[in-house]
Amino acid sequence: MKFLNQAFAVTMLNLRNLPQRAGGSVVAVVGVAAVVLVFAAVLSMAAGFERTMLLAGSDDTAIVLRSGSTAELNSGLSNDQALIVANAPGVMRDGDSPIASAELYVVVDVAKQSTGDDANVPLRGVQPFAFELRHNVKITEGRMFEEGRNELVVGRAAQSEFGGLGVGDEIRFGQTRWTVVGAFEADGSVSESELWTDLRVLQTMYNRGSSVQSVRVRLVSPEAIEELSQALADDPRIDVDVTSEKDYYSSQAKPLSQFIKIVGYPLTILMAIGAVFGALNSMYASVSVRGKEIATLRALGFGPFSVLVSTMVESTLLSLIGGIVGGVLAFALFNGFQVSTLNGASFSQVVFDFAVTPDLLSQGLVAALIIGLIGGFFPAIRAARLPVAQALREL
Amino acid sequence: MKYFGLIWKNAWRKKIRTSLTILSVLVAFLLFALLNAIGYAFRAGEDVSSAERLVVIHKISLINPLPISYEARIASTPGVAEVTHASWFGGYYQEKRNQFAQFPVDIKEYFALYPELIIAPEQLEAAAQNRIGTIVGHELAEQFGWKLGDRIPIQATIWTKADGGRTWEFELEGIMRSNDPRGSTAFMLFNHDYFDEARAFGKGTAGWYVLRIAPGADPVEVANAIDAQFANSPNETETSTEAAFAASFAKQFGNIAMIVQLILGAVFFTLLLVAGNTMSQSVRERIPELAVLKTLGFRDSTVLGIVLSESILIIALGGLLGLGIGWVLVQGMAQQLSASLPGVYLSPQALLLAVGIMIGAGIFAGFFPALKAMRLSIVDALARG
Repeated sequence: MKFLNQAFAVTMLNLRNLPQRAGGSVVAVVGVAAVVLVFAAVLSMAAGFERTMLLAGSDDTAIVLRSGSTAELNSGLSNDQALIVANAPGVMRDGDSPIASAELYVVVDVAKQSTGDDANVPLRGVQPFAFELRHNVKITEGRMFEEGRNELVVGRAAQSEFGGLGVGDEIRFGQTRWTVVGAFEADGSVSESELWTDLRVLQTMYNRGSSVQSVRVRLVSPEAIEELSQALADDPRIDVDVTSEKDYYSSQAKPLSQFIKIVGYPLTILMAIGAVFGALNSMYASVSVRGKEIATLRALGFGPFSVLVSTMVESTLLSLIGGIVGGVLAFALFNGFQVSTLNGASFSQVVFDFAVTPDLLSQGLVAALIIGLIGGFFPAIRAARLPVAQALREL
Repeated sequence: MKYFGLIWKNAWRKKIRTSLTILSVLVAFLLFALLNAIGYAFRAGEDVSSAERLVVIHKISLINPLPISYEARIASTPGVAEVTHASWFGGYYQEKRNQFAQFPVDIKEYFALYPELIIAPEQLEAAAQNRIGTIVGHELAEQFGWKLGDRIPIQATIWTKADGGRTWEFELEGIMRSNDPRGSTAFMLFNHDYFDEARAFGKGTAGWYVLRIAPGADPVEVANAIDAQFANSPNETETSTEAAFAASFAKQFGNIAMIVQLILGAVFFTLLLVAGNTMSQSVRERIPELAVLKTLGFRDSTVLGIVLSESILIIALGGLLGLGIGWVLVQGMAQQLSASLPGVYLSPQALLLAVGIMIGAGIFAGFFPALKAMRLSIVDALARG
């Protein structure tokens, strides 16, 4: 117990006179804050992107694509094939009609609001059940498009990111003129990056006849996907892949979010190493400034352990302060920041918000803690081993 | 130079502190090198594209195909010297993660338009003659261990064959490389005729056209003339220079690249600031010593020079080591990423910039404390000891 009492006393003494040595400590704090800030900022991009993609997927909805297609844009199904899929076993029915939406997914060039540069904005032709299939899609302004007319409803995110998509605006794609008649929200999911119209109208515009690219169906239960896959695999008339919508969107999110992580984590480690050097430097400086004080304490009978503990606590505390500063800055500066990028997997724009999640913040604090422990350890050993007589003589 | 011994001794006055400072500068410049090289890859398309080549795409979007009949009409437009077509195939080799670009093209026309692509003439001839012949970049041949004569099956994600199959077989007839060290050839070229005949749908179309303008022709005028020809047709075109096309494609990734660069720029300067602060602190501690030098008859300017040389030396040691390690890593990364992120490259400009930053940071860190020391009278400075 005496050990701990001593350690506590010396640590408190040390922390109380820390403000007098603040100059050197600020450097360590800033270094650690920068590490945590960058870590949280870079990975919040991956987190936000994943959240946007995953929110769109539900596991009681299946998406059916031509076999081998990696995305809706690559796929193609005839009208007959789409009908076979919609009427397959495992698909929930509303009275007589299956809850299914055959859809066409293309991209159109629309200028970005901020820069005026053209971007690949997804344009989706849907059937009436599309809205029931996506629980979270709600028209929040204007009205639904009418079947057979060149009318669009646009996602909220697309509306704020790309120009000329206000309700009532007219927009031209090639030879065709379109009117934006409504805007919809979808809990911030990727659907909000899209423009929707009537399937028939889009088929005509793209000379696609009656062909579609994907069929979404509501399953009677998430497990019914097995039944549906089996039934379609046994049907010689079609060759398709059946995926749950949830899995589909997670595979669409993977390449980009993995790329960010592959860059982000090593980067953080590298920066953390840099911060450790900074912390070591300032802790060595702190120990040398406190040389006389430490020697006096030792002469009074305090043990080396208490000196070691006090130095470690100082270093860890400074690092944690840095970590908290970095985390707060990351949250204040980046959380909710909206960006739009080209998702390679779908060759179209996805609008998403940076998400500085509690998980990222706690990982950042753990990193700060580790930097503090390593940065304090070696200087603490030196402090504990300080030759008392010699240090006192320097008085 | 005659003071080098003194500077060196001064620099290592506190070994641990100097080593740690050098190490943190090293990390900063290592980061600088890696990010610059990756950033280069995102912009690379713009640097290596030619202003004499124009790209014609569908006005609605790049994904909409154009009729193959457009080729003859583009060719007859005044100011057009040569034109060819290409399409996006979008397949993969064996596994979905082995994705790289494949283009069905007219092989001979394509190489005529892209003189920067180097291939043996007999290989070019063989690939053009063989219906299922293909030419790949050396990066791909190395990555997958392909040799001339190999059969390469590519799984299509878009283009099913008329017989319902999704596997397209090719025979490797040639391996190309680029004469520009920054240019990537991590793609595959094969005969459009085979592609058009065998595909199940979309026959008679091409993805886009590439043309070279005649010497002296104005690219803007030529582009406008082409677009005017197809205006008010179901397939309107949008013609731009290859450089503008590459730039607009790069911009699709949006401000993400910029945000990352900004964040990392901030880190880089933070690391430098931390190191610089430590060095300033070390100069401040030594003001009495500097006074001794002045007492011995050193001129103010000489002492200032010695102090600045020392801080530049420390930063340069760390910085050059960091750049060196970074350079080695970039070579490795460029190999690893040649298919997925081609064009990872550490440019001479970036290296020069790094050296400039080292000198600037060294002066910045040492200047103010050194100046302060210079301005103190010798007596006062000595008294501080």
